[in-house]
Amino acid sequence: MYNFDFTRPTDLSAAVDALRGDGAQALGGGQTLIPVLKQRLAAPTTLVDLSGIDSLKGIRRMGDMLVIGGGTTHGAVAASGDVAAAIPGLVQLTSKIGDPQVRNRGTIGGSLANNDPAACYPAAALALGATIETNQREIAAEDFFQGLYATCLEDGEVITAVKFPIPAASTYQKFEQPASRFSLTSVFLAKMQDGSVRVGVTGAGADGVFRHEGLEQALSSDFSASAVDGVSVSAEGMSNDLHATPEYRANLVKVMTKRAVEAVT
Amino acid sequence: MATISMTVNGKQVSGEAQGNTLLVEFLRQELKLTGTHVGCDTSQCGACVVHVNGESVKSCSVFASACDGGSVTTIEGMANDDGTLGVIQQAFQNEHGLQCGFCTPGMVMSIADMLKNNPQPTEAEIREGLKGNICRCTGYHNIVKAAQSAAATLAGAAQAAE
Repeated sequence: MYNFDFTRPTDLSAAVDALRGDGAQALGGGQTLIPVLKQRLAAPTTLVDLSGIDSLKGIRRMGDMLVIGGGTTHGAVAASGDVAAAIPGLVQLTSKIGDPQVRNRGTIGGSLANNDPAACYPAAALALGATIETNQREIAAEDFFQGLYATCLEDGEVITAVKFPIPAASTYQKFEQPASRFSLTSVFLAKMQDGSVRVGVTGAGADGVFRHEGLEQALSSDFSASAVDGVSVSAEGMSNDLHATPEYRANLVKVMTKRAVEAVT
Repeated sequence: MATISMTVNGKQVSGEAQGNTLLVEFLRQELKLTGTHVGCDTSQCGACVVHVNGESVKSCSVFASACDGGSVTTIEGMANDDGTLGVIQQAFQNEHGLQCGFCTPGMVMSIADMLKNNPQPTEAEIREGLKGNICRCTGYHNIVKAAQSAAATLAGAAQAAE
């Protein structure tokens, strides 16, 4: 790993100032970035550690929204009674990320900003129609994710919080790649307060996280596992690697969606 | 180089760290606490697990400078004050929970954190809680038994204290 200057500000404005510097890079929990640095795939001149900023941490309910600070760890979300009461799918999701040690460091902001095509959080953000709040603006999840490892975040922009609308029901069904524990194909299913159903899929798309319109339409009119049978999920646009073919992933989308429907009915 | 300070196993310590110095490098090379092992250096194996501010982490995937001012517990801090083995360590000996012993420091630290959050885990919860720790000798069965035995001992001690 190349060397760099390390700074750990305790307030957000100092972090944003530090990130204005040439070659500065934000560090969340580091559970992806540190391995990346070890492989010399990134070489920042300054690393701005966000873990000392208390205002980025915490979980609170605001009316019909659940607000999770950008620096909140997966472990904190998994252990939160507020999250379990409001959006149980998020507890299922966070409690299956990596292992306990990864969950004690990794953060929601880091996961979303990295937008790994097999990461879990993007599926929840997209399925629930979350709003990603940064130090500059609010971004709808639909606009936030822009393909593999790509988001609309600009240099120096820090995710301060994620606002999730509280659905009527939610679940996360993960089919994990057992060695990496990332998603081979996983589905976040949300039944919204207005009765509409939203299906976020991660691990499968060649272009990263996506919603499946066909499944959403079928389940919005008939919320049953058998409704999934009638939907055709195309292998086109699914990723292909040594772990699974596009056809296998397309099949998994249906299997995991069915399991999701069964889990909340 | 910068000087960083932290509390390690209850003692205030200081040492030199570069920006890219990992916590495990600081512990082993600067503080000479070589009980914490580096197995893979890629966050897979868990031999380097220590506690930072009361939570288990992989010290190969945390920067030393991120722990400046914090509190760290390593395997060297798990023995009793008189130098005898702590409850979890003793359980590993009793249950033959180690063969080569390389993974054991990380296993002990992970189990300590697990039992703090869940004092009476089921076997499935123990196996799930040790997902981040790899052992290439034992086949895990005796490690799970050691965790169960330590949980029972700690529960008995807690009951006796009431």
